[in-house]
Amino acid sequence: MSTPTPAPVEAPGREIAVPALSLVVLVGISGSGKSTFGRAHFRATEVVSSDACRGMVADDENDQSATPQAFELLHYIVGKRLAAGRLTVVDATNVQPDDRRKLVELAREHDVLPVAIVLDLPQRVCADRNAARPDRQFGPHVLRRQREQLRRGLRGLAREGFRGVHVLRSPEEVAAARVTRSRLFNDLRHEQGPFDVVGDVHGCREELEVLLGELGYVVRHDGDGRAVGARHPARRRAVFVGDLVDRGPDTPGVLRLVMGMVADGDAFCVSGNHEAKLVRALRGRKVQLKHGLAESLEQLGAQPPEFTAAAEAFMDGLISHYVLDGGRLVVSHAGLVERLQGRASGRVRSFCLYGETTGETDEFGRPVRYRWADDYRGSATVLYGHTPVPTAEWVNNTMCLDTGCVFGGALTALRWPERQVVAVPAARVYVEPVRPPAAAAPTGRDAEVLDLTDVLSARVVETAHHGRVGVREPNAAAALEVMSRFAVDPRWLLYLPPTMSPVATSTREGLLEHPEQAFEAYRQDGVREVVCEEKHMGSRAVVLICRDLAAARARFGAPDDALGTVWTRTGRPFFGPDLTARLVDRVRAGAERAGLFDELGSPWLLLDAELLPWSAKATALLREQYAAVGAAAGASLPAAAAALAAAAARGADVAELRERTAGRAANAAAFTAEYRRYCWPTDGLDGVRLAPFQVLAAEGAAFHDRPHGWHLAIADRLVDADPQTFRATRRLDVDTADEASVARACGWWEELTAGGGEGMVVKPAANLVRGGHGLVQPGLKVRGREYLRIIYGPDYTEPANLSRLRERGLGHKRSMAAREYALGLEALERVARGEALWRVHECVFAVLACESEPVDPRL
Amino acid sequence: MFLTISLTGSPGTDATDLGFLLHKHPERPQSQSLAVGTAHVFYPEATARRCTAALLLEVDPVGLVRGRRRGDAFALGNYVNDRPYAASSLLAVALGRVFRTAMGGRCDARPELVGRALPLEVRVPALPCPGGPEAAREYFAPLGWRVSAGAVPLDATVPEWGESRYVDLTLTGEVRLADALSHLYVLLPALDGAKHYWVGPDEVDKLVRAGSGWLGAHPHRGRITRRYLDRRESLTRAALARLAEVDDLEPEALDDAVPADEAVEAVQRRVPLARLRRAAVLEVLRAAGARRVADLGCGSGALVAELLAEPAFTDVVAVDVSARALEVAARTLRLDRMGPRQRDRLRIFQSSLVYRDERLAGLDAAVLVEVVEHVDPSRLGALERCVFGSAAPGTVVVTTPNVEYNVRYETPAPGRFRHADHRFEWTRAEFAAWGARVAERYGYTVRLLPVGEVDPEVGSPTQLAVFTRTTTEEEVA
Repeated sequence: MSTPTPAPVEAPGREIAVPALSLVVLVGISGSGKSTFGRAHFRATEVVSSDACRGMVADDENDQSATPQAFELLHYIVGKRLAAGRLTVVDATNVQPDDRRKLVELAREHDVLPVAIVLDLPQRVCADRNAARPDRQFGPHVLRRQREQLRRGLRGLAREGFRGVHVLRSPEEVAAARVTRSRLFNDLRHEQGPFDVVGDVHGCREELEVLLGELGYVVRHDGDGRAVGARHPARRRAVFVGDLVDRGPDTPGVLRLVMGMVADGDAFCVSGNHEAKLVRALRGRKVQLKHGLAESLEQLGAQPPEFTAAAEAFMDGLISHYVLDGGRLVVSHAGLVERLQGRASGRVRSFCLYGETTGETDEFGRPVRYRWADDYRGSATVLYGHTPVPTAEWVNNTMCLDTGCVFGGALTALRWPERQVVAVPAARVYVEPVRPPAAAAPTGRDAEVLDLTDVLSARVVETAHHGRVGVREPNAAAALEVMSRFAVDPRWLLYLPPTMSPVATSTREGLLEHPEQAFEAYRQDGVREVVCEEKHMGSRAVVLICRDLAAARARFGAPDDALGTVWTRTGRPFFGPDLTARLVDRVRAGAERAGLFDELGSPWLLLDAELLPWSAKATALLREQYAAVGAAAGASLPAAAAALAAAAARGADVAELRERTAGRAANAAAFTAEYRRYCWPTDGLDGVRLAPFQVLAAEGAAFHDRPHGWHLAIADRLVDADPQTFRATRRLDVDTADEASVARACGWWEELTAGGGEGMVVKPAANLVRGGHGLVQPGLKVRGREYLRIIYGPDYTEPANLSRLRERGLGHKRSMAAREYALGLEALERVARGEALWRVHECVFAVLACESEPVDPRL
Repeated sequence: MFLTISLTGSPGTDATDLGFLLHKHPERPQSQSLAVGTAHVFYPEATARRCTAALLLEVDPVGLVRGRRRGDAFALGNYVNDRPYAASSLLAVALGRVFRTAMGGRCDARPELVGRALPLEVRVPALPCPGGPEAAREYFAPLGWRVSAGAVPLDATVPEWGESRYVDLTLTGEVRLADALSHLYVLLPALDGAKHYWVGPDEVDKLVRAGSGWLGAHPHRGRITRRYLDRRESLTRAALARLAEVDDLEPEALDDAVPADEAVEAVQRRVPLARLRRAAVLEVLRAAGARRVADLGCGSGALVAELLAEPAFTDVVAVDVSARALEVAARTLRLDRMGPRQRDRLRIFQSSLVYRDERLAGLDAAVLVEVVEHVDPSRLGALERCVFGSAAPGTVVVTTPNVEYNVRYETPAPGRFRHADHRFEWTRAEFAAWGARVAERYGYTVRLLPVGEVDPEVGSPTQLAVFTRTTTEEEVA
């Protein structure tokens, strides 16, 4: 059994052991010293007192009329604490069975053990104590009634559901008592592994020996050649998920081996439903001899009775689940939802052994299993068995290791913490499967349905590089609509690029931005080596490519049977399915030719790039906004100029207005010329160019710690492989401490932008850099003077306008850039660790939500 | 932004009297500082034969943005804006201010001219007019103007982009000057139809004043009034609009869950079909004996209102992924004035059908009226799992267009869908196949019903599927 059931014992000076997670109910009449006892043996915050609650709701700890409200509050607080897994002590008289029943129910509801500590002190002692307190002036009849109730209930306490009842009968006993906390049986957090977790064996002893050998264990045999133990030379330990027995050819052999390993400290084992049933059968209970039980009984019948007795004791002593490795790993036969992990109750045991059903039956009248793993959001990895699956696959940080060895499948183990699957095939089919594994049921990544609570309402995402990043509710609401209606499948959508801050505002004449501020900013952050990258006149694009369909299916579920996809800053596809597939094909071919899949050891790659021309994505915007402004200016300004000329010819004094209007006409012409640079005709993929500049992730790896030089070298190789599709990014390395180098870079920027270029981005050469104030901005954009006309309007360069535009606040933009950068890195690192879809998606979603924050869109 | 007004002289009328009528001296250019910018009035010509007054409004593009409150940052905050060039509502405001007395019909110097129809010519070289030259004609011709209007090309170097929304407009006619100014004052913003900077509670009064005597008899008075008093922007749209901005889109591209003005007019023609759909859905729900029902993708809440009207539906859940749709629904359902008993029957909240939502569990029925076709085919699987696998109501009703029927419509053009956001439209066979597959996978049976008049060749305009769950909720020991 998993829990101790001590009988009431009464010895002076003894130790009162309470489970580390339990609800301790103090029982005693007024004046028996409950509060003093609570203070002496527990932390102040662990004790919830009815008097304190009465005080909180009624300003008077003794106002008996407030008792119902006070207990409502008390139960609420206790519930919150137990839900959070905290030991809680209830300081109230609790002399009435009804009061105690409610507390026992509360403990059960949260699957913790209720324990009673009774202070059964002589009434006189209590009366004297009360007499000494001015606020406890009630008649002797009150104490007498309380004491009668207490004495009546004392005997039945254990029957009320308390798993430990401790009675202290004198002030001396109370003073001498020591409270200790005992670890729950399922709590093996101090066992840190490494482990090898083994799936359902079902009497397949041969395969188990092979598997253990494969895992590196040395199997020990007794004089009769029977396996009686196994030890790993590096002292790894095996953890069995239960269902060692039934169905297969050698249940006793499996038991002998595992019992030996457990006894030697080489293995742990949790109970499966088959062990529980076999124990009942061995004890002579009436059970149906189905599902291989008969074979076990027959095989055990051929063993000496001592062995069968030992096996029965072993199986009876198996507990329902273990929490291992600092809480990072949970092993249970049928899996375990987060809120039951590390808890103890009948419900926990039942879930661990049998799983849960939805309460429905399918068309054949069989109970429908609740697919708990699809919904799993816990931080601990759960390894389990119970339901045979074709192959062991991750679903939301859980893995079923029952690969149906006895049905001719395989015996599977997972190496922890390596997360490596090791399987050996069954020697043969021992039992024909009763029902084939439901083929229609989604598996692996497919089973990972996103939940609204993963993304909606005020949420916080923990990031490794920038702490907790919050998402406000209205921003999440906007992101939900865009994500649901317009974004590519979330299984593809591993990343959204962060926004980038412009450089601090320049004060040079006629300019809003200039590179010197970027170099200065990085110099102040202590970054010497920076790289300037040409800013392409296109749209940001994230490209995911898989080497082949098998890889796409295995890793991403291959939505639409595609080999990858390409998306925009808000996760929308750039093109329809056909064009996307063709672009993905070209990028794949390029990566193949450049040898990237082999070099990075990954069947898929995630690239950060710029897709050109801008008009490929933003034609509507170019037409509706940019061209329209140009057209309106082109229609009205010449007419106004002509009218002014005529007025001037008549001698009217309109010289100033005429000059201004001519200037505006010139600005409008410059504006029109500028936006036209961003448009060129494309037909299908003809004319479309991709300028990759960063490898974001590949299987098992993210690359933000590699210098930009490495990333750009890979981009160059793609360009070499297919110059039709890829476009190189011009760049310049700069030493921010070297004036000549800085001057060269400023000149380079002037050259770029004078030639109609958009500008450049300055980045720390080393890529991810931390400074004294946390993350250093990953890049600062420095946009060209003419380019900014299509951002700030044709007339922005007029001195009167420029002086006002210089008053732009960059604080919010910088903060947004840093938060989105950290969220993006977090997404990539979670991808690299192979974490569950929802864990990646919450970061990606948060980036989108941040993007909807109110910040000047021109920055 | 720029316009000119010319008066042609005649024997007995000196054209320069235009100066008296406008209260602006032809020989003295004048400038007036207004909230929207600086208005200049000058005369390119002023002879007895012909006199032209020009109004040039210089708007301050930076000030236009900077003066705005935060919530408007996107909607109005674009520096790349046609306001400095096109004759929009700003020019109308300037016109009303600069020529206020003239518009009021007062002229002490030439009182006899005030009431007379005069040979006038008005030119607006860049008039924002999304309806094109035809719309300008429809608005101005009934008022006695001869209308000459030509569309301005978007970009002469990119001829495939076609025409811009600007029209070079010339009006000629015998019209009283005060009326001419009033026409411009009301019709410039009405033709523009873009978001106005100045719609306030007193706008109705202004419209009534300026339109008195002619707007009431105008054949398009309804449209003019509605467009003049353009819809007010909700602050809650701002967040979504910013996401559009991030991805170089027009805000309407993302925020199209509730049809805009133009679309409503198009949709209204099909209202009977929408009504038939709702009737068909209600019929199915009644027959199923459903009590707890959800409208998944409730839009502006028309079906929700009908559900609430039937007491048999004890719990009504209305969800949409669009926050704006929910706002509109809250208004149409008059949530703030709903009695507490009714209000208790209704839960209305944002949700998404591609994310599992526990709040949708335990329903008798859920309906998806014209919803699935707005979901990308690749995301349909997620929708199926969330609706049929997770929420799993006893009955699911799905309606969707029957693409075969499209040939019976004048629009859309062949090969186009009925709505710009439709990701697909199914034939009857495709819908049936989808229904059968979903039913099989999630333990439902499915039957199909037509909605609307059944055409012997192409079927009904809308198709409807009723899914009934076959798994039972028995207690399992």
